[in-house]
Amino acid sequence: MTDTPSTGQRAELARPHAAPEKRGTPDDRPGTPAAGPAPRATPPGLAGADALLGTDTTRFRHDYLEVRGLRVEFDGFVAVRDVDLTVTQGDLRFLIGPNGAGKTTLIDAVTGLVRATGSAAFGGSELLGRTTHRIARAGVGRTFQTASVFEELTVLQNLDIAAGARRRPLTLLRRRTTTPPAVEQALETVGLTAQRDLPAGVLAHGQKQWLEIGMLLVQDAHLLLLDEPVAGMTQAEREETGQLLRRIGSQRVVVVVEHDMEFLRSFADSVTVMHQGRVLAEGTVAEVQNDPAVVEVYLGTPAEPAGDVPAGTVPAGTVPADAAPADAAPADAATREGEPR
Amino acid sequence: MDIIAQLFAGLSLGSVLLLAALGLSLTFGQMGVINMAHGEFMMAGAYTAFVVQGVVGDAGVSLLLALPLGFVVGGLLGLLLEATLIHRMYRRPLDTLLVTWGVALVLQQVARDVFGAPNVDVRAPAWLSGAVEIGGLALPRTRLFILALAAVCVVALALALRATPLGRRIRAVVQNRDLAEASGISSRATDRVTFFIGSGLAGIAGVALTLLGSIGPTLGTNYIVDAFLVVVAGGIGQIKGTVIAATALGLMQAFLEYSTTASVAKVLVFVAIVAFLQLRPQGLVSVRTRSLA
Repeated sequence: MTDTPSTGQRAELARPHAAPEKRGTPDDRPGTPAAGPAPRATPPGLAGADALLGTDTTRFRHDYLEVRGLRVEFDGFVAVRDVDLTVTQGDLRFLIGPNGAGKTTLIDAVTGLVRATGSAAFGGSELLGRTTHRIARAGVGRTFQTASVFEELTVLQNLDIAAGARRRPLTLLRRRTTTPPAVEQALETVGLTAQRDLPAGVLAHGQKQWLEIGMLLVQDAHLLLLDEPVAGMTQAEREETGQLLRRIGSQRVVVVVEHDMEFLRSFADSVTVMHQGRVLAEGTVAEVQNDPAVVEVYLGTPAEPAGDVPAGTVPAGTVPADAAPADAAPADAATREGEPR
Repeated sequence: MDIIAQLFAGLSLGSVLLLAALGLSLTFGQMGVINMAHGEFMMAGAYTAFVVQGVVGDAGVSLLLALPLGFVVGGLLGLLLEATLIHRMYRRPLDTLLVTWGVALVLQQVARDVFGAPNVDVRAPAWLSGAVEIGGLALPRTRLFILALAAVCVVALALALRATPLGRRIRAVVQNRDLAEASGISSRATDRVTFFIGSGLAGIAGVALTLLGSIGPTLGTNYIVDAFLVVVAGGIGQIKGTVIAATALGLMQAFLEYSTTASVAKVLVFVAIVAFLQLRPQGLVSVRTRSLA
């Protein structure tokens, strides 16, 4: 599924001919296959994703998220402390940790919803201290833990809002007559074309989560912070979402907070484990699973300093899927366990 | 024939209530701000009509000029109030109530100092004087004009909220402030615009009131309670509910007035509202329904 410059708004946005970017090389031109992982088979529901994602390799390929010494304090309680985190493009990063580890607070801090000290930069520009909507306009998109869409607006209106964030004030009173191509593409990508005129509130839970991702796509976000994007999804839906995230992640910086270990093992390129507001471990899935400190946090080994536990005492690869429900919300855990795998 | 006359009187009263309450359905209904100075924004709109007539002279031209100008004057006052005071206390409704009441008193005194305490009159244009005769029934043209004006305002507001990107933003911010911000919408800017429109509608209502009688510094106080009642009875944040409630209250008042006296009718209407809200605290149109307009 390669794209031609004539389809999709992406091509216009990249403006390959009108304003060639300095760092653009011929290989980066739209129409050539996207850099990164080899092309994968497209799941049927995600047809068209490449049209939306595939042409924008020129602009942001060197962007990365860099968090240094991040600290968040609520009335004396330190929710996040000394967090360093670097996530690059093409590295699908999963952020895991028990409840209260500070994962969501970290996302809130990066997106300006809570006050933080330290530094969080994306594409070289500092995000901390800016208002949330300015951060969003700088290309940072996020989803919320509870599937958050504008429930009383239609699916199409939800996407329109995300697409029009940078609209100039005077155009706000003009009625739109046609749907922008990027919005059409996003509808198709997340499989909600048939539901476009339904209020988002009546969508199924999984569809809402896809709508959230669709909103980030039309919002032109290049750093995506996804808070439990597959919670409550069926196995098939998880698989599709994971494939979509992979494709998004090849050209954008993606951080996924997720409790589901099976999902993590299938799709994570790298994992950061948080515990009590700090980064506990970081590495590939295998590295993290064999990290004694991580094993201790997840399995609750007796109180011995983490470093002293010999790696051999715990069987390798023992961050089991069973560990996930323990730190998920009870209702969530119940749904998950009840689902066929 | 009497019934039809009362019906018209009720609809006419309802349209006045609706004009007064429509702006509140945005600022109070949508944003949750209890703005006691809303009535004074109406008063400002009425004095705008008075000033415009003093400058222009011709009653017809001045009315048509005063409507948009009243909107701007009311809107700017609202914007000023929002930017200086209200935005500091979005999570403190009780403080907002007290502060805006104080602002209302200040505005009344300013009007007294500038225009004098006695009421003043704004001449109605010639094409609105007299009445239209329909089947032996005389319908005053000013009343018909206000009915039409209310209808235009409702339709314009509903269209703006439903069909324009700005309206989508207003609704988005009301529904989920954090998500709206995360989607790149400035909730502060949207709040200001919402408040401007809501207050501007009060200005328009004020201009319309000059057609019904003389105006004075306390014009707004006569309407503020009724306007809040309409919004609450109609269901917070629901324009549809506001329209229905305004019409129902107008009709009720008119028919009760016909069979009793004006004061008794007012008491009965209040009792009816209290009883209604006991049965249905969420108002006529529940907030959880999906349509706004």
